[in-house]
Amino acid sequence: MSSSVETLVNREYKYGFVTDIESDVAPKGLSEDTVRFISARKGEPAWLLEWRLKAYRGWVKMTEPHDWPNVRYTPIDYQSISYFSAPRTTKPLGSLDEADPKLLETYEKLGIPLSEQKILAGVAVDAIFDSVSVGTTYKAKLAEQGITFCSFGEAVQEHPELVKKYLGSVVPASDNFFAALNAAVFSDGSFVYVPKGVRCPMELSTYFRINTANTGQFERTLIIADEGAYVSYLEGCTAPKRDENQLHAAVVELVALEGAAIKYSTVQNWYAGDEEGRGGIYNFVTKRGKCVGPRSKISWTQVETGSAITWKYPSVILQGDDSVGEFYSVAVVNGHQQADTGTKMIHMGKNTRSTIVSKGISAGQGQNSYRGLVKVLPKAAGARNYTQCDSMLIGNRCGAHTFPYIDVQNPTASTEHEASTSKIGEDQIFYLKQRGLNTENAISMIVNGFCKEVFQELPMEFAVEAQKLLGISLEGSVG
Amino acid sequence: MLQIKDLRAAAGDKEILRGINLTVNPGEVHAVMGPNGSGKSTLAQVLAGHPAYRVTGGSVSYLEQDLLDMEPEERAQLGVFLAFQYPVEIPGVTNAYFLRAAYNEIRKARGLEEVDSMDFIDLLEEKLRVVEWGPEIMSRAVNSGFSGGEKKRNEILQLAVLEPKLAILDETDSGLDIDALRIVAGGVNKLRARDRSFVVVTHYQRLLNYIVPDHVHVLSNGRIAMSGGKDLALELEARGYEWVESAAEAVA
Ligand SMILES: Nc1ncnc2c1ncn2[C@@H]1O[C@H](COP(=O)(O)OP(=O)(O)OP(=O)(O)O)[C@@H](O)[C@H]1O
Ligand SMILES: [Mg+2]
Repeated sequence: MSSSVETLVNREYKYGFVTDIESDVAPKGLSEDTVRFISARKGEPAWLLEWRLKAYRGWVKMTEPHDWPNVRYTPIDYQSISYFSAPRTTKPLGSLDEADPKLLETYEKLGIPLSEQKILAGVAVDAIFDSVSVGTTYKAKLAEQGITFCSFGEAVQEHPELVKKYLGSVVPASDNFFAALNAAVFSDGSFVYVPKGVRCPMELSTYFRINTANTGQFERTLIIADEGAYVSYLEGCTAPKRDENQLHAAVVELVALEGAAIKYSTVQNWYAGDEEGRGGIYNFVTKRGKCVGPRSKISWTQVETGSAITWKYPSVILQGDDSVGEFYSVAVVNGHQQADTGTKMIHMGKNTRSTIVSKGISAGQGQNSYRGLVKVLPKAAGARNYTQCDSMLIGNRCGAHTFPYIDVQNPTASTEHEASTSKIGEDQIFYLKQRGLNTENAISMIVNGFCKEVFQELPMEFAVEAQKLLGISLEGSVG
Repeated sequence: MLQIKDLRAAAGDKEILRGINLTVNPGEVHAVMGPNGSGKSTLAQVLAGHPAYRVTGGSVSYLEQDLLDMEPEERAQLGVFLAFQYPVEIPGVTNAYFLRAAYNEIRKARGLEEVDSMDFIDLLEEKLRVVEWGPEIMSRAVNSGFSGGEKKRNEILQLAVLEPKLAILDETDSGLDIDALRIVAGGVNKLRARDRSFVVVTHYQRLLNYIVPDHVHVLSNGRIAMSGGKDLALELEARGYEWVESAAEAVA
């Protein structure tokens, strides 16, 4: 009976190509000298080098977390990774008009045209290739409204006061092992500043691409929405197919001042490894937002389909009174993928509200864990949380786990938690097949229905993309 | 159109169908009756290709092709439709989206162009009339939270949209109130056509007052124990299944 819900993984990862471009790659290994090398390559001011070194010194004393996350892997050898790789090109980086055609071609193949004629309408893109930004579209147009959208490296040069003020203000360098590592060696990422009262007129997005072998990607993103500002930001990512695991340890910090709103969406499609579980990206990232001002709002939406291992908890610190935090997540594991993902909602201000909707889908031999913390501090009178956590299993060899932690220190707060686990039913699949759909389309339809509440949070064009991606990642999950 | 010869099927080790013979010609309506557990739903599911059942013998030819050799979706694309005794819920997928996907799959398989959502809405309007329903039902998730009767009515709506050649209705009348029964039966009658055949599984002669069958068969213990015209249903109502079983034994 379960033979038609038999699990097999034979999906094609269509972004697995390698761009043949010469790169400047830092020698493998990590020491204070590596940190100095990176900082010097980027022409950073002394204060930033100091900040990095302090982070590095802290990191050396920390240990890689293996006890609490529900994922299994052999400890990473940090001396066998290179921490910096930039494509070697005679053309200046950061300028799209003069960018190396090979780089433009790469993004074209990924479906992200950067050249002026083909640029995506209504979406500004910052393209990060290994450790550097290839360029940012619509920069000038955004600048007309006072919006800064550029690579992190550029922001350090051009807006040092903002970077200095907010860097590490949400995720301190000492926060956790991978955040500390990132603080020491971070390469590039995106920087956004939306001034007071400005509603960013287009979607901002960053596309991360890992290309060079044996390197890690350590990008850092900082988004600041000033009073009453609004911005919607999307991140996408892919990497070539390789037999070795590659580390991606990013940090994202969001800052929302009074009445501001930030919507951050991720469609994560890093290479997940092959049928035997060889290769794939270790996606160990720290993402956190802080609702600093009253009535501010931060909303995370993520669709996680890639990576060999995902370790990620986009969180919101609800400091301002009446601020709102949201987390909408779809995490799919297939093959040998493992995901330990969820969120933390820290209620500090009065009448703060948070919503968590998590949809975990497990197929193949994938292991999917939801880990969430709802913490209400003593001063957060009237705080409210609603958590809904649903798991769907496809086949018999996968697993779903939930680890909800609730810590309420104010008696007027209310929290609500709903959870469900369902197995994709033979009867559901048969019903759809009886109406003419093949097995893959049937599963795709059932799974998309299951994820509906999350997909409807994504910007329109990305919702379509995410639905397709989900179909692809579950391809072959039922034989 | 459909020739079932000595069909045998089992679930696990349990033999359920023990040699079914049945021929359905284009445009005919066949009623299948019989006591609980006699194998009516199993017959319907085997014809549709449900993976829970193993065919252990016999053959089924549909439009001159080997039906048992096809995937369930191929059968559907070739015009086999099963109205389920227990329709399945698909949360989060709207009735409209689901129906259009199914409609387009079937069109694609027939080499026709897919229809976009605007054209589909026009088509739906007409089909909704068959089951006397308003458009609200289309934005609800497929069968999710539908009442028993609504689920059955939804099956007939799908039947109307997908326009099959062979429609198998498994107890579509169970759980319907009197008005819904009239609407559903009326819908089926509207869909009767010279090239469309129906196999109607039911426990109640009442339904057959609305949908008048050409043939009535009584299934007992995995075999067709008796066949006749529409009057057989009336006789069954009067004499009960015991009569059929003893008559069948007398023959065997
Ligand atoms: N998947 C299955 N696994 C095991 N036994 C089954 C399965 N499906 C049906 N059966 C058994 O086969 C017999 C026939 O079942 P079926 O559902 O075909 O009966 P039916 O004639 O439709 O009955 P009803 O009038 O109650 O709907 C029953 O004894 C039932 O328990
Ligand atoms: Mg039945």
